[in-house]
This record gives sequence, C-alpha cells and structure tokens, in this order.
Amino acid sequence: MVVSGAMNQLKLVCQGVACDRGGRRVLNHVDLEVGSGEALIVQGPNGVGKSSLLRVIAGLVAKANGTITLEGGMPERSVAEHSHYFGHLDALKPLQTVLENLSFWRSFFEPAEFGDGKVRESMSELEALDTLGIAHTSSLPAGYLSAGQRRRLSVARLLVVPRPVWLLDEPTSALDKASEEVLLGLIADHIHAGGLVVAATHLPLNLPNTKFLNLSPVTTESEHMFAGDDLDDYFDEPEQDEG
Amino acid sequence: MSWMKSLFVREYQLANRVGGGALIGVLFFLAVVTIFPFGVGPDMILLSRIGAAILWIGALLATLLGLDRLFQADREDGSLELLVMSGRSLELVVLIKCAAHWAATGLPLVLATPVLSLFVGLDFQSIVLVTLTLLVGAPALTLVGAVGAGVTVSMRRGGVLLSILVIPLAIPILIFGVSAATAGAIDSNNFLVPFLFLCALTLFGLVVGPLAAAAALRVSGE
Repeated sequence: MVVSGAMNQLKLVCQGVACDRGGRRVLNHVDLEVGSGEALIVQGPNGVGKSSLLRVIAGLVAKANGTITLEGGMPERSVAEHSHYFGHLDALKPLQTVLENLSFWRSFFEPAEFGDGKVRESMSELEALDTLGIAHTSSLPAGYLSAGQRRRLSVARLLVVPRPVWLLDEPTSALDKASEEVLLGLIADHIHAGGLVVAATHLPLNLPNTKFLNLSPVTTESEHMFAGDDLDDYFDEPEQDEG
Repeated sequence: MSWMKSLFVREYQLANRVGGGALIGVLFFLAVVTIFPFGVGPDMILLSRIGAAILWIGALLATLLGLDRLFQADREDGSLELLVMSGRSLELVVLIKCAAHWAATGLPLVLATPVLSLFVGLDFQSIVLVTLTLLVGAPALTLVGAVGAGVTVSMRRGGVLLSILVIPLAIPILIFGVSAATAGAIDSNNFLVPFLFLCALTLFGLVVGPLAAAAALRVSGE
C-alpha cells in the first residue's frame, strides 16, 4: 500500500530555475520540490519574484534557465496542463452570467489525472457556487459582482475541473475573513485528496503539510553578472537560504 | 468536441453583447459606402463601375474595426492565460474564435451587401457577384486580421497598428475579390479564375492565420 502509494505520487520539481523580465533577472537558481498532499508557500517581500515563479511554472513566462518537471504526471502533457493558475485576474466576462462563466471553463478546460492515473470527481457548477456562498448570484451577469464575489467565482473554476497542481497567487486577496476560511478549507481538502499546492503570499496561510520557500531579492552582484560579469562568481552566490 | 462548441457559443454571445455587436459593424460599413457617392459625385456610370471596389474596401475597414479586441479583451481579464494553459490546441482556439467573430460580425456585413449595393448603382448580376465574393473572401480578412490582433495583443492602443499591419496583407484578397466581382459582371467567363484565387487565399489564411496568431499569443504572457 505504502509502496504503491509512493509510486502513484506526483512531485513537482524545479531545479535552478531562472527568469528574466524586462531584461532584468528576477529569479535566480530557484530549487523546489512539492509532492502530492503537500503545500509550498512561497514567501518574500513585494517584487521579489513570487508571481514570476508561479507564472514560470504555469508556462506563461519563459524560463531563462533550469528545469521544471512533474514526476508521475501524464507524460504527454506539460506541467501547465496539469495545473490551475489562480492569479490576480479573475478571467470573468462581465456580460455573461455567473453560471455561464463557470460552465464555460468547466467544459473548456481539460481535466488532468492525479498521480494514480484517475481523474478525480469534480463538483458541478451549482455545488461549487454553493460551497463558495455565491449560488444566489448564479443568474446575474458577472459584472454586477463585488470584488470578493468575483474572486470566489474565480475560485469555483478550480473546483469544477479536477487538476492536481494548484498555483495560487495571493489567493486570499479581496476575500473577507469568512470566505478566506472557506478557501483555506478547500485548499486543505485538495491537499488531502492528493493534490499539490504552490501558493505565493505575504500573509500567513494556515494550511496542512506546509513547506516554505523564502525568496530573496536577486543580489546586485548577479545583476552585474547579467550585465556581463564573470559567470563563476555569479553561480557561487548563495541563494534562497535566508529567512 | 464539446469544448469547441462551448468556446464558439461563448465567443458568439460575447461578440453580440459587447457594444452593439453586429449592428456597429454594419453601420460603419453603411457610413463608408455612403460617403463615396458624395465624394465621387452623382455619376451613376462611374459609381457602378467602382461599386464593387467601394463595397470591398468598406467591408475590409468594417472587419478591421472590431478585430483589435479579438484577443485583447481576453488578455486584460486574464482569460488568455487560461486559454493558453488549458491543454487545448491554441491554434484551434484561435480558429474557433475567428469563426465566432466572423459569424457575429462578418456575416452581417455580407448580408448587408445587397442592400448597400443599391447605393452605388450596381445591377442585379453585380450585386450577386459582390455578395458571393465577400462571402468567400471576408473570412480571409478576419483570419489575416487575427494574426495582427495576436501580434498587437499587448499594446494598449493596438488598433491603429493592427490596421497598418493588416491592410498590406489584405491587398491580394482585395485584388482577387474585386477583380472576380467586376470581371464577372462584364463577362462571366472571366469570373472563375480570380474567384478560385480568392478561395485559395481564404484556405491559405485558414491554415496560416491560426498558426501565426497562436505563436504570437504564446509569447504574449511575457
């Protein structure tokens, strides 16, 4: 049981990931490992590259260096195609109703298997809206929702399409205390069901099986390196080890 | 397959719900076609000779009108990121978006063409030919425009640049479309060759447009 369980685990591994944005290096040599049933919280001050790291894993920004693999995933699909990305933008169409918005993403997104080769059961649209406490808005155009309600509708997308990797960028922003509790409960459920979570936040999140990654600003030396200094000096810099 | 249908339905609905939908394009088409007789003067013979060209240029401009929002709206609200990482073929996504956009805004232009043809004094045979060439050729304008929309997706005021990029690429479509319509009206034997070239351009756009636009969208997340 344990052995076969271990074989069926997913593991997201990033090695030496670097990323440039706007000609400036924002991530340098990031290593991380998250397995099924674990959460990784990426911490650090504003502008340190937390969002960039998530966007690199989601395949939205090209990495300058390093490898990102999902061990135990479906071989023909990329890491991004196993993932839900929950970013700052809600991806909602204000002219469509809440239900239309959610139904679209449910039918459009391709579900991905968890490590055990099965696609998990997912909630129906109404169940998801009910869980998040916005079922009463289902026939309203999404444009009439408040910021917090839009956020919750955006979370509902993660519930109606089963995908093992959740990439969450400041997941609790714009949510009130009660909705935050609901969201943390849902993330915990996802972790217990064998999913894995990478969350970027500057606020403490109370999640089970949590690991932490503290990002520190890319040092000025490495910026010099980027401008053409010696490569060895640059790679000797200790990274991501303070915090 | 069901994801394609739901994407098409959603895009079609959105195109119709945003800012007047089909009506805006048709009204713009009407405005462009109407100013020509004022500029050229009340010379019916001249107008009917250049009528097909006027209608084609009007349709080209009306097509460009809404194209800048084809991907930009999705980029601004974050949908584009999700479309890219959904696991669906981005080329097919682009093709379906173009199809829905054309059904919502291009097809009404074609349907309005017979009525607007009367403004420039076309006879019955010319009306049929212009409408037919637009029906076949206008999708090519949308597909070429989609490439421009993909390239300019991250620009705040990309609409003007889009037109500058797309209009040169639309020249072959315009040439074969107008020559099929005008040559066909004089002698129906001259219709088939330019018309088949027009068909070929649309089929070419059908392949190259989605590929190029999808490539542009993939790097737009930077």
